[in-house]
Amino acid sequence: MMSRLLAVFNARNKEFWRDRSSLAWNFAFPFLLVFGFYFIFGQGMPMFKVGVISEHDAYISRPAFMQLSHIQFVPYEELDQALNRARRHQIDLVLDLDRQLYWVNEESRNGYVAERLLVNADPEFNRRVVQGEPIRYVDWVLPGIIGMNIMFSSLFGVGYAIVRYRKNGVLKRLKATPLSAFEFVSAQILSRLLTVMLVASIIYFGSHWALSTLMLGSAFSLLVTLFIGALALISLGLAVASRSRSEELTGGLMNMATWPMMGLSQVWFSLEGAPPMVQSLANALPLTHLVSAAREITTEGASLMQVSDHLLILVGMTALFLGVAALLFNWDSDHR
Amino acid sequence: MTDLLSIHNLVKRYKQLTAVDGISFSVAKGQCFGLLGPNGAGKTTTIEMMEGISKPTSGEVRLFGEPASRKAFERVGIQFQNTALQDYLTVAETLKLFAAFYTKTIDRDELVELCSLGEFLNRDARKLSGGQRQRLLLALALINDPDLVFLDEPTTGLDPQSRRNFWELVQAIKRRGKTIVLTTHYMDEAETLCDDIAIMDQGRIVERGSPAQLLDRHFEGVMVHLPASAVDGKTLPFDMLINRERVEIQTTAVDATVRQLADAQVSLTGLQVKSPNLDDLFLKLTGHALRA
Ligand SMILES: Nc1ncnc2c1ncn2[C@@H]1O[C@H](COP(=O)(O)OP(=O)(O)OP(=O)(O)O)[C@@H](O)[C@H]1O
Ligand SMILES: [Mg+2]
Repeated sequence: MMSRLLAVFNARNKEFWRDRSSLAWNFAFPFLLVFGFYFIFGQGMPMFKVGVISEHDAYISRPAFMQLSHIQFVPYEELDQALNRARRHQIDLVLDLDRQLYWVNEESRNGYVAERLLVNADPEFNRRVVQGEPIRYVDWVLPGIIGMNIMFSSLFGVGYAIVRYRKNGVLKRLKATPLSAFEFVSAQILSRLLTVMLVASIIYFGSHWALSTLMLGSAFSLLVTLFIGALALISLGLAVASRSRSEELTGGLMNMATWPMMGLSQVWFSLEGAPPMVQSLANALPLTHLVSAAREITTEGASLMQVSDHLLILVGMTALFLGVAALLFNWDSDHR
Repeated sequence: MTDLLSIHNLVKRYKQLTAVDGISFSVAKGQCFGLLGPNGAGKTTTIEMMEGISKPTSGEVRLFGEPASRKAFERVGIQFQNTALQDYLTVAETLKLFAAFYTKTIDRDELVELCSLGEFLNRDARKLSGGQRQRLLLALALINDPDLVFLDEPTTGLDPQSRRNFWELVQAIKRRGKTIVLTTHYMDEAETLCDDIAIMDQGRIVERGSPAQLLDRHFEGVMVHLPASAVDGKTLPFDMLINRERVEIQTTAVDATVRQLADAQVSLTGLQVKSPNLDDLFLKLTGHALRA
């Protein structure tokens, strides 16, 4: 019995070690994750988050409050934006350095404590009040979950399917008909778009109906956003699968695309105040823009115009990925 | 010109391996052309270059008198040696899918009738038996009512009954005036179906002609078979082809040969006399140590 077990054990080991692509992947991936999280969370979480308006380099000395430890100061360009965050309890205080004003949400526990600290350190600041319920985590995380679902469904549903077709010869059989690569790929995209939109809508409007999750924007804007985001992610799946003949390698590439997006695209937690390098990395990921735009629409009531920068980036990414996929696409299969 | 298909100096190289090594032939309209050869001879590689599925390293393929191009796919039907079909589709849905790819299609009921798909039209295509699957693949190859049909080992893995049924099907297609190019390992298949045969070995064509021509060219008279053990260590005055446990002697004068064998004290137990067929030719051309 042992010799049989050993024989299969050996065969499987050889299979693993000889598959270079998945081998590299199995080693590289955990390292990447560890490094990634080191950079994101290396400095630990602050106790308070304070929005700061009109902070200029011109200040000779900052208020004493700003020297305190364990408080993260997040600069904002516009007061409205910062106040919105305070209303939703996403930041604890807002400071306007020019006018020596601060805003606090009286319903926020953290706000209360932060205010005490500020008043102690800099009594010259004047008090203003904002009001608002905290945004529930479920409301905040829902766009993230939808986005993640779209991401997996798009990448794996299109990318994997094409690699599988290529491997098992379905693609080759289709190549032997007048069907063109363009028609084939378009059909794949459309089919997945339909599925993704259907599933996303059911989850979104289902939870809105059943759990009365927040929906401040218009359903139309949300659908348009999800559609554009899905298109970008499907195109990414196509680009990844355009050439590959190995399911293991494609799986690796897919993981390489999905894991950073799960970690950095603010699906589960906000990256506000994370190091700029991490933020710019996050901005290079399509899911970041999909989730941000959807979240602004549902939790802040943003219009399509207000999220147009995200949408434009997504459209640009779609064009880029489709271009890569068209350049690299390969009908051929190993299958004989 | 009546040549539906012609190839000139076709070469396919994979790295250092030359799978097809400069072959040329043409197939006339209405013919059934058979490409024969042992495993790895280069049949599939050749047929896929003719189909336009893979690019030749050098050489030319002409379909319908023009250089091969994707345009020709409308008029060509292809059955691969083995193919996966899209999962979760029934036979009827698979037919519908492929029918949608072509501008001209054969009537569906006619096709179902021709390939006897009726009894499993609504079954998942993955659940078909080998023979049923082969019939479906043939139906897909015929769906655009092609002028030229490529069949790569269409009957490999079928039981003798199914093979004969399949042959009838192919003959029915032939009667419709289609030109057929098929590869096979089965000599009886080639003998039954093909008007013209090329035998390939190691990427080259080693023989070419109609079954009858080939036999005439290579065999005179009949073949005498003996168990190999009977002639072991004996010197005999004629050419023998030794093939595993059997020895084959070609002769025009059976009486004389048998007498010679008896004189040489060869035991005649197990002696058989038969007329040569393509199987014998195949072995002679592609196999196995000849010795004097
Ligand atoms: N993609 C490829 N890469 C490298 N070598 C290949 C490739 N395809 C085929 N070959 C080689 O080319 C040779 C011819 O293969 P081919 O499939 O044409 O043979 P065949 O005559 O169809 O054999 P069979 O009767 O077994 O189907 C073989 O030696 C095979 O190993
Ligand atoms: Mg073959």
